[in-house]
Amino acid sequence: MESNGGDASRILREIETLKATKTEIEQRISALEAQLRETNLDDRTGTVLNGSCPPISTVHSDFGHSLSPEMIYRYSRHLLLPSFGVQGQSNLIKSSILVVGAGGLGSPALLYLAACGVGRLGIVDHDVVELNNMHRQIIHREEYIGQPKVKSAAASCLSINSTINIVEHKEALRTSNALDILSQYDIIVDATDNAPSRYLISDCCVVLGKPLVSGAALGMEGQLTVYNYNGGPCYRCLFPTPPPTTACQRCSDSGVLGVVPGIIGCLQALEAIKIASAVGEPLTGRMILFDALSARIRIVKIRGRSLQCEVCGENATFTRQQFQEFDYEKFTQSPLSTLPVTLNLLQADSRISSKEFKEKIAKGEAHVLIDVRPQHHFKIVSLPGSLNIPLPSLEARLSEISATLEDNEKGKYSGSGPQIFVVCRRGNDSQRAVQYLHKVGFTSAKDIIGGLEGWARDVDPDFPAY
Amino acid sequence: MQLTLEFGGGLELLCNSVKIHNVNVEPQDIELQGGTKKLIMKDLLTWIRGNLIKERPEMFMKGDTVRPGVLVLVNDCDWELSGQLNTTLEEKDVVVFISTLHGG
Ligand SMILES: [Zn+2]
Repeated sequence: MESNGGDASRILREIETLKATKTEIEQRISALEAQLRETNLDDRTGTVLNGSCPPISTVHSDFGHSLSPEMIYRYSRHLLLPSFGVQGQSNLIKSSILVVGAGGLGSPALLYLAACGVGRLGIVDHDVVELNNMHRQIIHREEYIGQPKVKSAAASCLSINSTINIVEHKEALRTSNALDILSQYDIIVDATDNAPSRYLISDCCVVLGKPLVSGAALGMEGQLTVYNYNGGPCYRCLFPTPPPTTACQRCSDSGVLGVVPGIIGCLQALEAIKIASAVGEPLTGRMILFDALSARIRIVKIRGRSLQCEVCGENATFTRQQFQEFDYEKFTQSPLSTLPVTLNLLQADSRISSKEFKEKIAKGEAHVLIDVRPQHHFKIVSLPGSLNIPLPSLEARLSEISATLEDNEKGKYSGSGPQIFVVCRRGNDSQRAVQYLHKVGFTSAKDIIGGLEGWARDVDPDFPAY
Repeated sequence: MQLTLEFGGGLELLCNSVKIHNVNVEPQDIELQGGTKKLIMKDLLTWIRGNLIKERPEMFMKGDTVRPGVLVLVNDCDWELSGQLNTTLEEKDVVVFISTLHGG
């Protein structure tokens, strides 16, 4: 059996290595193919200039535009649009667009921007692909789980259109690198997932004078507008003061229907394409509010550039240096990365590790386990015997806790009185609950450190994560 | 006065998860101007806080206005363009309160 186990892990390792090599080779082939095309193009131009006679079909300078025969065929359906045509496509091919975030919004945005022939397409992301991304981050393939999102996204883009230039920025956007990265592109697409990044990107776009296509999605709703373009407002004109952190929900906490960011991401690609090709009316001074559940789309008129705006206003003097020194995490009271926050509200003796809790169960010690997650979380998975009292209803349901304690005391267990343990998803709400329980007299209540995620990590690897 | 009030971007959670409220608000605490009673947004916010917001009012208001991060739209138009708290409301107006989203 042991040798079988060893074989299996050796084979798995070899598969991993081969997969990685395969990806590398595929990318090298794409890059070389693109290079070959460039070389052919240069050669042809060179021949024409040298005055010799190249085959007629390759002399595309004769067509009065810069599109090669291959481009004409690839983008023919764009060229056939009277309102887009050769001019629109030529503009697109000459343009450069940066997409910040290769997640739910960035996935479809990048796919369409690559497909439509944007000359240079940049991708910023520091994260790796995870299984729970796949339902909405449709640019990634299962074989890329565990690998950097930029790498995965770049490979997908190149497999759709190997003739464009894809630039991978495998780093988190910060004040220290944002000016350098954003300045290399004509148009910026904000496909991030947190408040500090949104202020950071908008301010950087104002400093550099770049149009910003901003999208957001959560739950069943999406929002979209273009900032800092054609006299329109910047993000700060609209939201001079950051919202309280409690109002900043994340997809990883509140959930999101996969197709909703997909729709907003597609609209972001559309707005970026319109600006890049100089076609149509950009969504500036207006905002799209999308409600998937009721199938309603509102297009509302928003304020113009605010004269009082601290960044783009009349008397604003927001310089590159001020931008680089600005603390966006402090300003919004939330982290730039998507890592969940870990609170530490309680004394050590009011807490217990999941392993210690497991030992107490094994010994048959009297206890009541309260799970303070919302009911729809509890329905996904829960520990056996736990009592679901969502945190907001804790105050109203204290009597249930008392009743359960009494039941347990009537002889189910022997020894000292039952103890209260509180669990949640990650171990933050459980601490809030214990704080409250202490205040109202349940002084022995303890929280299980790290919540159910800790339980799955340290005690039961088969316990489902979500 | 018949008004349609809509809450979105998570604000609906503060009023029993109901997004659209068709309400009848009678002008109160109002000054008489030109002989007509006027209902302004400031009055409406007070009314909403007292009649629709069921929990965590601090997630909807700060001081006498909406909290940072909430867009207010009167007939699909940013209230900054119509006088903010002093925007005059009329019969059948649609007022939308939407919390800005950050997710992606
Ligand atoms: Zn501004």
